[in-house]
Amino acid sequence: MQYDIHTKVRPVKAGDTLPEPALEVSAESKRMSGAEILLRSLEAEGVKVIFGHPGGAVIKVYDEMMRIRPGFEHVLVRHEQGGTHAAEGYAKATGKVGTVLVTSGPGATNTVTGIADAYMDSVPIVVFTGQVPTNLIGNDAFQECDAIGVTRSVTKHSFLVRDVRDLARTIREAYHIARTGRPGPVLVDLPKDVLMAEAPFHYPEQVNIRGYVVPDAGRSDKIARAARMIAASERPVFYVGGGVVNSDASEVLTEIARTAGIPVTTTLHGLGAYPEEDPLALRMLGMHGTWWANQAIQHCDLIIAAGARFDDRVTGKLDSWAPHAKVIHIEIDQSCISKNVFADCAILGDVKTVLQQLKPHIKPKDTSGWLAEIDTWRQECPLAYDHDDKLRAQYVIEALREKTGGRAVVLTDVGQHQMWTAQYFRFLFPRTHITSGGLGTMGFGMPAAMGAAFGLREQGSDMPVVCISGDGGFVMNAQELSVAAAHKLPLKIAVINNRFLGMVRQWQELFHMERYSHTDLSDTNPNFVKLAEAYNCVGLRASSPDEVRGVLDAAWEVTDRPVVMEFQVVKEEMVFPMVPAGAATGDMITQRLTPNSFV
Amino acid sequence: MSDTLVLTPQQIIRKKAAGEPIEPDDSQQKDRHTIVVLVENTIGAFIRVINMFSARGFNIDSVTVGTTEDASVSRMNIVTTGNGRIISQVLRQLSRLVDTIGVVDLTGTDYVERELCLLKVRYTDRSRSEILDTSGIFKGRIVDITSETMTIELRGPSKKVDAFVKLMAPHNIVEVARSGCVAMQRDHAA
Ligand SMILES: Cc1cc2nc3c(=O)[nH]c(=O)nc-3n(C[C@H](O)[C@H](O)[C@H](O)COP(=O)(O)OP(=O)(O)OC[C@H]3O[C@@H](n4cnc5c(N)ncnc54)[C@H](O)[C@@H]3O)c2cc1C
Ligand SMILES: Cc1ncc(C[n+]2csc(CCOP(=O)(O)OP(=O)(O)O)c2C)c(N)n1
Repeated sequence: MQYDIHTKVRPVKAGDTLPEPALEVSAESKRMSGAEILLRSLEAEGVKVIFGHPGGAVIKVYDEMMRIRPGFEHVLVRHEQGGTHAAEGYAKATGKVGTVLVTSGPGATNTVTGIADAYMDSVPIVVFTGQVPTNLIGNDAFQECDAIGVTRSVTKHSFLVRDVRDLARTIREAYHIARTGRPGPVLVDLPKDVLMAEAPFHYPEQVNIRGYVVPDAGRSDKIARAARMIAASERPVFYVGGGVVNSDASEVLTEIARTAGIPVTTTLHGLGAYPEEDPLALRMLGMHGTWWANQAIQHCDLIIAAGARFDDRVTGKLDSWAPHAKVIHIEIDQSCISKNVFADCAILGDVKTVLQQLKPHIKPKDTSGWLAEIDTWRQECPLAYDHDDKLRAQYVIEALREKTGGRAVVLTDVGQHQMWTAQYFRFLFPRTHITSGGLGTMGFGMPAAMGAAFGLREQGSDMPVVCISGDGGFVMNAQELSVAAAHKLPLKIAVINNRFLGMVRQWQELFHMERYSHTDLSDTNPNFVKLAEAYNCVGLRASSPDEVRGVLDAAWEVTDRPVVMEFQVVKEEMVFPMVPAGAATGDMITQRLTPNSFV
Repeated sequence: MSDTLVLTPQQIIRKKAAGEPIEPDDSQQKDRHTIVVLVENTIGAFIRVINMFSARGFNIDSVTVGTTEDASVSRMNIVTTGNGRIISQVLRQLSRLVDTIGVVDLTGTDYVERELCLLKVRYTDRSRSEILDTSGIFKGRIVDITSETMTIELRGPSKKVDAFVKLMAPHNIVEVARSGCVAMQRDHAA
């Protein structure tokens, strides 16, 4: 192997400046507690809302919060996991960093799922955890937990602050790391004595982390090569992921796609990065993607992957995926390049910057023959479900789409309803589809919707926030309903109640001879309408197609609290098309077959 | 970093279809790699680096950590055995860590490597001279001797230390302490 030095020499991305000038504190001299430094730092960072839960290790922070009344809102969540998902929803809806504050021990461990979720889906959040005093660390002290150790493999980075004089700088670095490059969760562990100790406050303007460099522009020779590959291709496809949403690259992507007539397929996290009603849109690819998007991938001669990471839910069996395609991969994280799929032309950089570099090289192309071929696949196997007197999730989702015209931020939980939302909602704008894809965390949807609603409120947006959840996942974090109600957030929550852990049931039906082991929820489901009411929300219910519109209309009348709409749907419905796990993308199941076909 | 790594299955299939020559599939092939990682001098940084290897199922044959000319920078020398393509990916994952300053795979380059070994062996009148001879050939130094045991200090490339320990095995070894390997690339500019 040749001599490979991975020394980081690229320039730091410009523009990571503070949203506002650092506080005009005559600070150099004024000493304050670590707890106040934390709050002042968040103000200086431009934080407008944090999701938190108090406890002994952070009691000083809460005390100072009451005293100094910082310029951001603290939302008291009812479970720390809900807090982290809310921070994720906030971050994904706004593009800003989400903030969480919890106590030591159980407070910290309760955030782990949310942190892992943010890590898998590249969501920028900063989690502040309280910690026992420095001299007790490692002593099995009361409510001690090695939060850094527990989360090491699911954080982008973490800090233990040992000296109050390092606190402000550490917070500055934490936000910088969470936000830039491939975004991700950063944990800052705050021992109680550090929060009590005093120091002068100074929030640094500049961040200087020598080992941390953020790629921005792509190498010009690679750009030129990519342009030649695009010009030479006859059957190109854009494969677009969450990175395009993260870097706000939709506009330039759309220009390039339209100029060169390149069809665009998106991952689950790319939904909305390209308007799904556009003739060039192939919609989602992968396990539950459209037949035509997957066919296009199998027959294309060039894949332009932009901010997408070749997840196994997308590629299925790797060695038969896109057998004829050369690959251009635009990616900010060098460790993602050629990880699963070999990149013939890898461009390390920010996808927006790289696409802007690429744009002047793109000439109009005639791809009409290719697009016509894709259209035959589109006719061959459209997305469809039965329209009869039974209520189905797909119908509810289409009704929600009709009600909002696509002008809504839609969050989902995990399961069948998540896939149907991806298939049937037809997203038009970036940051309007938010879900848990990488970790697939049930219980994500509702608290994340709450976080998104705080974000939209802060931005003065009047887009409705819609949460589509399953009856299984909704219950996992339903406690946050009361928080959303207390803050008068007009969330529209659709609980798709099929009385089953539907996605698992689907696999049991298809691959386990219809042995429905422990997936029937009929005995343990709550009364969703009463549950909503118990939490000061409005509860509504529909159990047939003709009741759906009335329920939606009633829900949209409510403006001062969340509405939980329970839709009682049939349990037998399955998500199709589907590439069975580990199968080749070419072997998609497009309709219900007998279970024996797969065993 | 070149982006033409060893071929993935997808690439092999594509080449086959195009009738292009394919280098042998190396996915089973494992080699010894000597890797240098420069990191911030913090425990957390070391752990993250080591974690990265264990997460990918690599054994670390040896690891050494020490400071450099800059006291805030530590140099980790890591010897591991594994598939080149996967190691190359681990290196990319290492270099994306916030605390790593540089990552170099010395394997296949011109570099010097040294390891220090202390070996305590119980001797008898019969074995004494053979032990001394062998350590003499390896340029070992006797650093301690009692009426029953002697302790030999040996330094050199890890392979030399391996060979020495192997030759000593028939004798009555009491304990062996090896430092792990430190490595540095030779300077071509001079
Ligand atoms: C039940 C279930 C079923 C699923 N089925 C499907 C399916 O059918 N189809 C599907 O697509 N997914 C599906 N998923 C989701 C899937 O697991 C992955 O989460 C998803 O495919 C990953 O999306 P992505 O490639 O866009 O990557 P993301 O996880 O969004 O990662 C973004 C990528 O872009 C890079 N990036 C970030 N910022 C930038 C920037 N500024 N510049 C350049 N690059 C950047 C990152 O480094 C990363 O590689 C399913 C999930 C569940 C739970
Ligand atoms: C925390 C968690 N536990 C288990 C799973 C495995 N799992 C994936 S989908 C699913 C079923 C979800 O059921 P429900 O919330 O009712 O949604 P549906 O599939 O019926 O739409 C389960 C159990 C998971 N993703 N997350």
